[in-house]
Amino acid sequence: MDNAISVVGLTKSFGQAKALDGLDLTVARGEVHGFLGPNGAGKTTTIRILLGLLRADGGTATLLGGDPWRDAVALHRRLAYVPGDVTLWPNLSGGEVIDLLGRLRGGLNAAKRKDLLERFDLDPKKKGRAYSKGNRQKVGLIAALASDVELLLLDEPTSGLDPLMEEVFRQVVAEETRNGRTVLLSSHILSEVEALCDRVSIIRQGRTVETGTLAELRHLTRTHITAELATPPNGLAHLPGVHDLKTDGATVRFQVDQAELDAVLRQLTTHGVRGLVSQPPTLEELFLRHYETEPVR
Amino acid sequence: MTSLTGTGTLVRLILRRDRVLMPIWMLCMALLPLGLASGTASLYPTDAGRQGYIDSLAASPMLLLFYGQKPAEPSLGALIFWRSATGIVIMGLIGLLVVIRHTRVEEEAGRRELLGSAVVGRHAPLAAAVLTVSGASLVVGVLVALGMISQQTPASGAFAMGFAWAFAGILYAGIGALAAQLTTGAGTARGIAGAVLGLDFLLRGVGDVSGGGLTWLAWATPLSWVYKVHAYTDDRWWLFAVCAAVAVVLAYAALRLSARRDLGAGLLPPRLGPATAPASLSSPFGLAWRLHRGSLIGWTIGLGVVGGVLFGGVAKTASSLLEGNGQLTEIMERIGGKSVASDIFVGGSLGIGAIAVAAYGISAALRMRTEEAALRSEPVLSAGVGRLRWAAGHLTFALLGPTLVMAATGLFAGLVYGSSTGEIGRQVPRVIGAALVQMPAVWLLTGLTVAAYGLLPRLSPAVGWVALSLCVLLGQVGAALQLDQLVLDVSPFTHIPHLPGPAAVPATPLLVLTAIAAALTAAGLAALRRRDIPVT
Repeated sequence: MDNAISVVGLTKSFGQAKALDGLDLTVARGEVHGFLGPNGAGKTTTIRILLGLLRADGGTATLLGGDPWRDAVALHRRLAYVPGDVTLWPNLSGGEVIDLLGRLRGGLNAAKRKDLLERFDLDPKKKGRAYSKGNRQKVGLIAALASDVELLLLDEPTSGLDPLMEEVFRQVVAEETRNGRTVLLSSHILSEVEALCDRVSIIRQGRTVETGTLAELRHLTRTHITAELATPPNGLAHLPGVHDLKTDGATVRFQVDQAELDAVLRQLTTHGVRGLVSQPPTLEELFLRHYETEPVR
Repeated sequence: MTSLTGTGTLVRLILRRDRVLMPIWMLCMALLPLGLASGTASLYPTDAGRQGYIDSLAASPMLLLFYGQKPAEPSLGALIFWRSATGIVIMGLIGLLVVIRHTRVEEEAGRRELLGSAVVGRHAPLAAAVLTVSGASLVVGVLVALGMISQQTPASGAFAMGFAWAFAGILYAGIGALAAQLTTGAGTARGIAGAVLGLDFLLRGVGDVSGGGLTWLAWATPLSWVYKVHAYTDDRWWLFAVCAAVAVVLAYAALRLSARRDLGAGLLPPRLGPATAPASLSSPFGLAWRLHRGSLIGWTIGLGVVGGVLFGGVAKTASSLLEGNGQLTEIMERIGGKSVASDIFVGGSLGIGAIAVAAYGISAALRMRTEEAALRSEPVLSAGVGRLRWAAGHLTFALLGPTLVMAATGLFAGLVYGSSTGEIGRQVPRVIGAALVQMPAVWLLTGLTVAAYGLLPRLSPAVGWVALSLCVLLGQVGAALQLDQLVLDVSPFTHIPHLPGPAAVPATPLLVLTAIAAALTAAGLAALRRRDIPVT
């Protein structure tokens, strides 16, 4: 497979503090890859290493077939980056910053620039100091999205955007991927990840703890079952994979591991199922599990 | 007055935030007239000597512009009040800068909003800033008065002088408070208030120099009232009543204006920028030009044109001064070398100008650090710009900017000096040369800052400014303290040949200094290529 980003065993320390501790990350060309993890997990550090701004202590990183540190300048012409907190020069207007960053990268698409300014509803004439947090973020987004680049590195790009603009962002990124662009999207907004990402990697304390498609990740968790039965159940609690069983007369509530679902349903039907509600695991649960400092499992 | 609730707490906040800065400027201002008085007292112990000194200085219109009309009597106090008039302007400048620092800067940074949501009256932040600066100015005034009394000058004159200095701070604190209401950007507010001070200074100066029909100008501005106190001669105490009344009116007007606007907004609408970038803004150099051009223009006009004209204009007057005074000649020779008196003065002035221009070079180099720490280098460095190209944009201004300013200083000093002696053609190239010969030492300090920026980014501001302070210390007081030559040699300025002068210029020290500057710059850039960015 042709990978846009391939990171193996990356380590990086700042003095005593270990930021990355053997991080792995693979992003295929053309996919939108969600990059998730609690604050301080090492997401920004990883992206800065991919940008050749920080030098990794160990491990390997390959970006668009090149070495992010050695080939930084050449690679940067083929990618665009939006930091989580866009800082602007107080005396430069938003339009000037968009043009400057685009030109530094080797030119930007004027039609796209105009279209994005309209869709994001940004006044390009305001000076940097006059923009709100959300509008600064828009300047960074437009500068990145108006360039015709292969790879977008987005580090919590929608922080400070209102829901309307957030929706515009999703549409624009979806269009970009249809045009074959690869996106690494670091985000805390689960609905955004769910709407956009093909695959996700979850990192914690500088290490990758989970990676795969959202469907695959769901399989790793439990389904919530509420069943109304003809006869009170027995033996259900002893089945492997059943957790948190609560019985209320003939109604049972429990969680079941994805792998044991079939066996448990068989057992249920022997009691005569009158009603059944099954809820897939929510992403929140999935993420919260990984975000907690001590693993739940 | 609920609109002033919390003023006391905010005064304490300002004192806490400025606990280092404020005592430093207060002490500097208090010591300035004291130092001048003790020096002058030993150089000119008699009335006759002082009268001669005053007359020779007053012969130069350029100095009248700065000091105002010469004092009516040659007492030590009157001479010092007149000679230290620059201190009055500096007090005004400090007053307006500190008030803007605690009003508009806070508002622009969004910190004022945090305060505004607490139990703080609408007018409290502005009132606290004005009150604090006024209080500090009064303390400076009392210290100035005590210093002057310690020099055996009459107490009434000493206090008139002290209050004159204090009211300069208080009046321009009011002007600063007004300007802070007008614009959304602190930089523009500083510009407006500073321009008012500059204009006041110019109008007053023109009034004092021209005599004749424009004399009224010397009475027309707040700054001129402070000058016209004429401590030790006229002791016009009634002027303080005028100053106090005007200060109250200014503060009240600022409070009224602030009540009429929203938080964060200004009375003048913020200026919009262009929707698209001009063609010049397409490269790291184009960005550097936008970031550095303001200070380059400011330094070129401030030091290059104004400083140059002043250095050149005073030179001829100074020569007559030096001829009659062995001790002063010795001091100027230490800075400017042994030569014709006027040459010594021009050389010495350019030496002082070089120290100032080194400060510009260091601050321009440190712009890289500011950009990095504010995370503004990140988007540029991840947009196809190599680190060296990025640094080169800033270094162009850090190395060539000071050179341009120094050349302008030489040009204008040469023009004015040459026209006063009637030999422009000879003096202009001589004086430009004398200005540019300083550059290797300036470059060395910039190079040291770049090296620190590459190797020890967090410490780079400290390294740059401490090195410059050390050079000032060694150059100004080193010889007076009879320090060993080896210690004096630490300062690059020690090795700069004294120009303009008759002797041939030795090339070796200049080449060695330039080589060291280049090596330091290269070391800094090499380290920058290797290290993490940003180091925060």
